[in-house]
Amino acid sequence: MNLWLLMLLGGVITFTIRFSFIFLIGRVAMPNWFMRAMRFVPAAVLSAITLPAIVRTPPGNIDLTFHNPQWISGMLAVLVAWRTRSILWTVGSGLAVYLLLLGLQQFLLTR
Amino acid sequence: MDTITRSSEFWGGVKGEIPILLGVAPFGMLYGALAIKSGLGIIPSQSMSLIVFAGSAQFIAVQLLGAGASSLVILLAIFVINLRHALYSASVAPYIQHLKPIWKVVLAYLLTDEAYAVAITHFQQDEETPYRHWYLFGTGITLWSCWQTSTALGIFIGARLPTDFPLAFVLPLTFIALVVPVLRERATVAAAISASLAGVALAALPYNTGLLLAAALGILVGMWVEGRKA
Repeated sequence: MNLWLLMLLGGVITFTIRFSFIFLIGRVAMPNWFMRAMRFVPAAVLSAITLPAIVRTPPGNIDLTFHNPQWISGMLAVLVAWRTRSILWTVGSGLAVYLLLLGLQQFLLTR
Repeated sequence: MDTITRSSEFWGGVKGEIPILLGVAPFGMLYGALAIKSGLGIIPSQSMSLIVFAGSAQFIAVQLLGAGASSLVILLAIFVINLRHALYSASVAPYIQHLKPIWKVVLAYLLTDEAYAVAITHFQQDEETPYRHWYLFGTGITLWSCWQTSTALGIFIGARLPTDFPLAFVLPLTFIALVVPVLRERATVAAAISASLAGVALAALPYNTGLLLAAALGILVGMWVEGRKA
């Protein structure tokens, strides 16, 4: 298949998925349970994206020890987000601790 | 109280999206560099970001292209990886169903994880306004601009690009900052906890299918907890 045709089809597929329910809802009456279910999408999908990104280290192993700075700073970020509800504080403190732990790890490894 | 206008909503979306860009830009650059390395050429590499405009699907697509996979496999991979966007589509649809078709087309094209995450958590917490779509448009177009520029940078820098970017960790951190405040009822907390644990357990499944299953489980658990007390 021609590269351009392939990209075009890839774009059409992606757009169709994103457009699907935006197009349907309002035109077709959706059952009540469906609309109820959709209110859980942000909490469910975003959590399912995030926790694996934090507890898994590159080859794909789960690492819940001090050797995984993502895990420590991620849990701290959950606490900060819960207490402050501020994006700036959450991302700022999480990133600061993450970079600190990374630096510490580098320092200990190179000694 | 400030009055809410089209422009205040739009700029609210832009402002809301800016922090997450720190985490997105490294991925855009990595994509650009990887596309060139897979032998895609400058114009096609950038066009993929314009036409497909879906980070993880683009990564897999150029890797599969480089490995000489068949077109059918590549298209199937794009389909499965992006299937989660159907959930985003259904979840934003009620907020934008009154709009003209052209708006719906534009907002659907711009409906990425990061734009959706910022906009939907805003919609779920803040009061209703007639200009909500401008907020979603603000998040979408901001992410779009970042993705296009970072792709171009990655194409330009190519193999000289470092492979690890500590700043990419901003992405999960921002998702945490967005999700935690919407967990206000037991049912949403249950949905989030079950989905994230299932996400870890199923993370090894190919093409994001683990993510889809985990999300579905989280939604079911949320509905179950909500139905139990009713």
